[in-house]
Amino acid sequence: MILEETLRGGQAWSRRLARGQILRLTDTAGGACVSALFYNARDPLERYNMADTLKAQYTAFLTAGRVLYSDMGRVLVSIIGDSCGWHDTISGCGDVAASEAHFGLGGYQELRNEFHRNARDNFIVELSKSGLGKRDLVANVNFFARVSADDTGRLAWVAGNSQPGAYLDLRAEMDTLVVLSNTPHPLDPATTYAPPAVELSIRAASPAERPGPDDRCRTSRPENGRGFALTEAYAREVESAGAGGGMP
Amino acid sequence: MNSRHSSPRITLPVPITPFVLKESALAPWRAIHDEVLPAGRGWSREIARGQIFRIVDLEGNQAVDTLFFNAHNPDERYSATDTIRSQGNLYLTTGTRLMSGEGRPLLTIVADTCGRHDTLGGACSAESNQVRYALEKKYMHNCRDSFLLELGRLGRGMGKRDLPSNINFFMNVPVTSSGELSFADGVSAPGRYVEMRAEMDVLALISNCPQLNNPCNAYNPTPVRLLIWDAAP
Repeated sequence: MILEETLRGGQAWSRRLARGQILRLTDTAGGACVSALFYNARDPLERYNMADTLKAQYTAFLTAGRVLYSDMGRVLVSIIGDSCGWHDTISGCGDVAASEAHFGLGGYQELRNEFHRNARDNFIVELSKSGLGKRDLVANVNFFARVSADDTGRLAWVAGNSQPGAYLDLRAEMDTLVVLSNTPHPLDPATTYAPPAVELSIRAASPAERPGPDDRCRTSRPENGRGFALTEAYAREVESAGAGGGMP
Repeated sequence: MNSRHSSPRITLPVPITPFVLKESALAPWRAIHDEVLPAGRGWSREIARGQIFRIVDLEGNQAVDTLFFNAHNPDERYSATDTIRSQGNLYLTTGTRLMSGEGRPLLTIVADTCGRHDTLGGACSAESNQVRYALEKKYMHNCRDSFLLELGRLGRGMGKRDLPSNINFFMNVPVTSSGELSFADGVSAPGRYVEMRAEMDVLALISNCPQLNNPCNAYNPTPVRLLIWDAAP
């Protein structure tokens, strides 16, 4: 293991994943919501794009076999394992107003480090550590959360989507800055602020886990075959540019 | 304002879901700005708080990719997810408040004779066209290029960082209850329009979509008409 770390309830996190590393998120207690954003670690102007991810794969949610596209037609990370089955892409992240409406003020003065952190503020803090800011905030993923829509588009929170022990394996297809916030989903009707801890681990992909020609994420759609081709062309570009080109 | 509108509920023949349509009483000759934007062109303009902005789908089924920014602080900008979540619904129509990432309404849709507009489908780009259609489609004109050229011309220091997920007026991207996303035939028709009131001073940014690879423009990108009225006295 390259890293094993507990992401406490309310906590923010960011780290660079090297191409070929696998990040596992485990919802040990069940009912977690980990809001996430992804950037090209070498050039964060390239970032996760919700619309391109959904359009290319004709889906409104993420699960095993699907990939997260950047706005440059490349695959940032692939979902190579998922015991949960549905990860939300469309409902955004909570902010301080939503948190106060649900849970009350929840300030540090009263609660010390149990104070009510929210995803938007967490994102701003973590992005700032990499020189990024509000202009880099885009539609995020909510791992372990599920929001459904009926024929009229009306949204509904789906309770019990993530069972205890549910996990997700994200394989980095390029050097990727991952930003996470383990904070309540704003549509979760729970009225107690109690986001459960989530376990994080990072390992290098084994030979069998590398994206070969028959890789499930590559072959799940013809679009993804082209997305991987563009991603691999970029890896060659980065490699040929050498240490002098494209380093952060 | 809507006294001449005697039948507010019209069921369209195409979709299963009946859309609620609402007409506007504003007369085009009273508009302070009125122009036709050809397909494949970008456009931007400030719209003052209280002004009314109308986009007319002149020939039908034309996707109009649109973003809004706080005119005084463009870091505050349209957020598709905040808009969806604040109204608890995926589709935009009359009554939708177009929300910023700061949780404030930029504009409110006050009239809509189309009935449903998309905000999940985003903008086409050279690179996403390669993924979606074929690697050799990179040369084709696309909305993001129009956005980038328009922002570059503005000279306000705005660029690719300032392009979050946008609105696609007149585009129909239904999500099924099992979570599939489809690009359905348009629900718009010649002359249908959407009208919105600015709730703060906003900068509007439009790409009149040049996409030829899918039915979002009925494979025939066409002009739209853009009108602005001053606030009612």
